[in-house]
Amino acid sequence: MALNRISSDGHPLMFVQGNEACVQGALHAGCRFFAGYPITPSTEIAEGMARELPKLGGTFIQMEDEIASIAAIIGASAAGARSMTATSGPGISLMLENIGFAYMIQMPIVVVNVQRGGPSTGLPTKLSQSDTMQARWGTHGDFTSIALAASTVQEVYDMTIRAFEVAEHFSTPVFLLLDELIGHMREKVVLNKHDNQAVVKHAFPEIPPEWYLPYTESLDLVSHPAPFGKGYRYNMTGLVHDRAGFPTSIPAEITERLETLRNKILKHKREIWQLREYYTEDAKYVIIAYGSAARAARGAVESLRLKKTKAGLIDLKSIWPFPDEPIKEILDRCNIKSVIVAENNMGQLIHPVREMLGGSVKIASVNRYDGHPLEPQEIINVVKEEIYA
Amino acid sequence: MLELSDVHRYLRWKKRFPTVWCPGCGIGSIMGAIIRAVMDLNISKDDVALVSGIGCSSRMPVYVDFNTLHTTHGRAIPFATGIKLVRPDMKVIVVSGDGDALAIGGNHFIHAARRNIGITMILINNSIYGMTGGQVAPTTPLGAFAHTMPYGNIDPDFNPVELAMAAGATFVARSTVYSIVQTTNYIKKALQHQGFSLVEIISQCPVLFGRLNKMPDPKQLLKWQKDNSIPLAKAKNMSPEELEGKIITGIFREEDKMEYTQRYAELVKRVQSELED
Amino acid sequence: MSHQDKREKKNRKKKTPIEEHLGRYDIRISGAGGQGIISTGMLLGEAISIGDGKNVSQSQSYGPEARGGATRADIIVSDGDIYFPECQEIDLLVAFTPEAYEKYSTAMKPDGIIVADKNAVNIMVGQAKVVTVPFIEIATKKFKRPIVANIIALGFISTFLGIVSQKSIKDAVEDRFASSSHLELNMKAIEEGFKLGREYKKKFS
Repeated sequence: MALNRISSDGHPLMFVQGNEACVQGALHAGCRFFAGYPITPSTEIAEGMARELPKLGGTFIQMEDEIASIAAIIGASAAGARSMTATSGPGISLMLENIGFAYMIQMPIVVVNVQRGGPSTGLPTKLSQSDTMQARWGTHGDFTSIALAASTVQEVYDMTIRAFEVAEHFSTPVFLLLDELIGHMREKVVLNKHDNQAVVKHAFPEIPPEWYLPYTESLDLVSHPAPFGKGYRYNMTGLVHDRAGFPTSIPAEITERLETLRNKILKHKREIWQLREYYTEDAKYVIIAYGSAARAARGAVESLRLKKTKAGLIDLKSIWPFPDEPIKEILDRCNIKSVIVAENNMGQLIHPVREMLGGSVKIASVNRYDGHPLEPQEIINVVKEEIYA
Repeated sequence: MLELSDVHRYLRWKKRFPTVWCPGCGIGSIMGAIIRAVMDLNISKDDVALVSGIGCSSRMPVYVDFNTLHTTHGRAIPFATGIKLVRPDMKVIVVSGDGDALAIGGNHFIHAARRNIGITMILINNSIYGMTGGQVAPTTPLGAFAHTMPYGNIDPDFNPVELAMAAGATFVARSTVYSIVQTTNYIKKALQHQGFSLVEIISQCPVLFGRLNKMPDPKQLLKWQKDNSIPLAKAKNMSPEELEGKIITGIFREEDKMEYTQRYAELVKRVQSELED
Repeated sequence: MSHQDKREKKNRKKKTPIEEHLGRYDIRISGAGGQGIISTGMLLGEAISIGDGKNVSQSQSYGPEARGGATRADIIVSDGDIYFPECQEIDLLVAFTPEAYEKYSTAMKPDGIIVADKNAVNIMVGQAKVVTVPFIEIATKKFKRPIVANIIALGFISTFLGIVSQKSIKDAVEDRFASSSHLELNMKAIEEGFKLGREYKKKFS
């Protein structure tokens, strides 16, 4: 007899690692190109894609390094394939220049960062959330990034699909920030809950090629450059360019280009923002966290609630752009005394929280950066300090 | 003779000209050779992707009416690899300078050659960094002057042809801007070749390399190309001492081996047929 | 006192079983690299999760620790949501080596139980109840394959403790080895484990 791997409502079930759930999510979202380079703790994603993509007629290639990997997926995306790479630690640092190139040419790609400790080689087999700020400000220049997160294996599956949706919609790179714990942890995943059409490929241009301008934004400011080899010949460049894709040094065009890269995301940030709240209705102490830190925080909140302490949790599913407005709405509703930012780093998410609150609410932090996950008790201790402060 | 308008059909000349290249530069001649090769082979402009990195020669995509991608320094080959894997039917050309291809991008160069992926690489070798203003390149001859070798170059230079062959490239040729007809023919052969093809073209940079090395007139540099070129057949009978400082031109390798995207397609076929069983 | 020092001091304090109220059951399987510890954890996790329909989070520690001799897989079982996915206080420790037994037997819940290979227990450590079973000896003598010791152990904990149903763990093992030449060997090993577990249960009750 085999285990019954079908859920009560008819969906396939798997008991897999976060990294494997990421593979399944990507395939479901229509990802058909993966280029990568082995690095702990993200390697299982490359291995899974190497195993699965040929079955679907998709392409996997192990490149010579991470710089080549990110370049290959951008090239594949330019040729019309839905593309992804996954990496960790030093690998994400190496990819940053070309991620900036993808922002500039407005190419949809998904970059999964299974975070490990740094700087440098750091802690290859240990978890960390110390690339939080890097996902915001990593590459050089002015730009606005999108980063999503997950704190369960099911969410890794769901948010991988979401990352493709967002990348396609905004025609831009999207980071999925995982960590070693979430990447290697096994839990049950229900597959294919989502509509197969969830990730829509953007419509092909309708105007004749001779009039085609790849970067004429519609009212929503988003451009979707046509795939190569379909009769729409145009130029893409990492230089600041005009609407036709040619380098420009005209100040008005430079301003237009840079502002569009920012505003196409900021104008639609409400569509990107996603968070989950627990016990926030009447909370006096609200913890803000994501990923594995949010799991510890959830444990802390459940435990504190048992002892009648009014603690709550905001578990962020989108990190960048920072969901300041929905967090503020929640905090304005509840009877807030302190906000506690829980992170597996020396304090990164706390910066946008400070910026958001501007001294109006007391902020405490709990940080752990020894490669081990934050434990609920550590967060409970900080909440208690706040109660008696 | 070609009508001028034939070449112009392949150029974005109405919008993008004049080019950034200095008077006397060899890159324009090579752009013409690439266009003539594509034209002679009757390849549709829609089916060509021209990918470049950073440098003087990497500005070429702006001027040519193909699907053009001007990427980051040294990385044209991996971008082109992504395009070729998704669209094996397209002609994917990488145009690269010596610094772009051999210094910052050297690793990608050898790995594309190793895979034998169907990319045609046009390596424009002018022995110096032009875009940044005349710094030493991996191809600058020993003793030559550059702004970062003000006392004469002490770094031994690379031989890209030997490097490509050692790495597994299946079509390898070298020519010069002076012998532009031969160059065009080599590019044509490279474009028809299945697998990774390299055409190294010795070019001239009168404004930087020439000026720093007592050959400021483009004619001097072209004459130098002419006087120093030795056809491969002749070079075979010459000693290493006699070949010192010479440009050996010709087709060094033309070999029939399975191309990478074909190899990948076979893998997909095999995996899928095993699934059906 | 720096924050780091404060935290370390807090960590030295004995932890409270904060998630006990949710029926959380913490299992740790531990031994040496190469003993199949991680895959044993995966099989158990899958059997309880997919087969028995409970919530399971399974994580593992590897890296430098594995080189030091101790590798471990944690399986957290709960009827509710699982927040912290690593063992806090252990309900069941399955130990295959003396290092594993000595390292983790002090992290047991007061009413926790240790199932250890006979060779793993040289000296008694901690307060928890210990049951020793000659898993490796049986695997070597009866099956000529020391690696099946962990499959025998899985069968054992099923019938001895009832934390996973016999059907689920058997199905999980069958799925794992379905296309392997070792299927029969492993199915025999799991039955051996079931039998041992029943015998020990009788002996201890």
